[in-house]
Amino acid sequence: MTTAGTVDRELVTPEGVDLHLKVASYTDRFVALLLDFLILGGGLAVFSLAALLVAGVTEVSWMSEVLGVVWLLGAFLGRNFYFVAFEIQSRAATPGKRAMGLRVIAADGGRLTADAVFVRNAMRDVEVILPLTFLAARGQGVDAALISLGAIWSGVFLVFPLFNRDRRRLGDLAAGSMVVKAPRRVLRPDLADTERTVSRGVVFTPAQLDAYGVKELHVLEDVLRANNRKSLAEVATRIRMKINWQGANDVPDLTFLNAYYTGLRGRLENQMLLGHRRKDKFDT
Amino acid sequence: MAELHLKSWRFRAEREADWRRLEVLLGKVETLGAVKLRREELLEIPLLYRQALSSLSVARSISLDQNLTDYLEGLCTRAYFVVYGTRTRLGYRIVRFFRHDWPSAVQALWRETLASFVISTLAAIAAYVLVRRDGDWFFSFVDAGLAGGRDPMATTAFLRETLYSPATTSEGLSTMATFLFTHNSQVALFAFALGFAFCLPTAALMVMNGAMLGAFLALFFSRDLGFELIGWLMIHGTTELFAIVLAGAAGFSIGWAVAFPGDRTRVDAAGEAGRRAGVVMAGVVVMLLVAGLLEGFARQLIQLDLVRYGIAGLMLAGWLVYFYWPRRASA
Repeated sequence: MTTAGTVDRELVTPEGVDLHLKVASYTDRFVALLLDFLILGGGLAVFSLAALLVAGVTEVSWMSEVLGVVWLLGAFLGRNFYFVAFEIQSRAATPGKRAMGLRVIAADGGRLTADAVFVRNAMRDVEVILPLTFLAARGQGVDAALISLGAIWSGVFLVFPLFNRDRRRLGDLAAGSMVVKAPRRVLRPDLADTERTVSRGVVFTPAQLDAYGVKELHVLEDVLRANNRKSLAEVATRIRMKINWQGANDVPDLTFLNAYYTGLRGRLENQMLLGHRRKDKFDT
Repeated sequence: MAELHLKSWRFRAEREADWRRLEVLLGKVETLGAVKLRREELLEIPLLYRQALSSLSVARSISLDQNLTDYLEGLCTRAYFVVYGTRTRLGYRIVRFFRHDWPSAVQALWRETLASFVISTLAAIAAYVLVRRDGDWFFSFVDAGLAGGRDPMATTAFLRETLYSPATTSEGLSTMATFLFTHNSQVALFAFALGFAFCLPTAALMVMNGAMLGAFLALFFSRDLGFELIGWLMIHGTTELFAIVLAGAAGFSIGWAVAFPGDRTRVDAAGEAGRRAGVVMAGVVVMLLVAGLLEGFARQLIQLDLVRYGIAGLMLAGWLVYFYWPRRASA
């Protein structure tokens, strides 16, 4: 339970494995909402332009009326069912949420029903539109006081997700749903692949491999995957100093680090099999 | 070379093809829907999913490759929701909604519906009595913008005209537009969504809405236009007011669950009530759409009071039978 965005949510599948879900952060969800509003607004604008264009070109009077009805129904359905239509699909996310790597789930980990999706989106009108109308409202004297009171009161809804562990908004509470991170991950090549020519011919002693723990291994993995020449050089120098590297000095940084990564991971994984997981370099 | 590889490397090399296969199948389900998959492919998914899950547990205990565990977590999460998540088809869901879910949810809320109806009616009666006694009360109940000149200052001829203006189609359109996007759908949505605050805002909205109706009735009755007004109002009003009453009932049910959760937690109780109320609300949106069509078009086309009354009665009877006709509980 640390700061926003890193809250873990336990979800144990019927097979008994915890999926380690992460609760979506407030900012992620806000950006997703903005994206959705942009898409919705843009879609409506294009739709209206097209309708106007057709009406202008055909110049038949009943055509414009038919188009008017179509436009009205379209806008009505768009406003009310854009979110619902996307969230009841198997990815359970609007385009904005997909872009941010989020999805909606039932808070108990069960089925996300269409009813729940409808409820959480119907409540959005109060949570977002109501504060906006208060902000847009203008008045004087008592009216102004009332409007600002209303704005404060309704503003509570906007920040409501910040005050509970799972970042649920009112609609989520009513629907029994929540939003979690579910980004698409790419499986990248295994760095410990000894067929990779880059790590041939560099060997370390057990003492040299004992310099670091799991935490450092993961940092090293990030550095290798990022493959930034400057940070590679920096890290390689650090490690050479730390382990008192006496071997060949003409080994390129990438080769050296990759070989060290493989060696370190092999050693730590062996220790793990024997029941000892070395957290970091201070763990003995 | 194989014996030189790390255990975790071999572990991955042996299973990677299956993970990739699962990824491909999941992609297919998510983009095309489960219906488009062949039978063998469908049967493959749960197997591959369980394999991936066991891979994940093993990877967590033997592998220190971050990218691998992250990937497997993501893959298993996706697969979990495909295997255990909702898979009902939209068409089927819609049919089920109209045949079973909506009416039974409305039936379940009969107490709240009654309460919301009684509150609206009492407010209407109170407003009627007050306005009949002193016309100035009218302005307390009706917003000037909504009244559109139909106030105690207006002439009887003007009031009569508002009831029978043969509007053109474009006017019908704009009526429908304002209808759908402003007042009524707003009242309905707020009545529902504000219900969680212990029912009070919902009750207030019901009172305001009822009072407005009462005020209009009082005004038109004082000019002997009451019969005509009821026809004008109720042609769409039986549908619209029913929808608003139902929205109020939905709001009440949530507020009640929050105030008196019984032996559940407040959050659970609100969630349960919220889902049922949500079904009702989805239907309310449909009813408002119907009411919008009636107000925008049918009312302009039909100028005869009795026909208006006929449609109003038919709609009301239709809704009542649809909602409350006893039916067998379906699975």
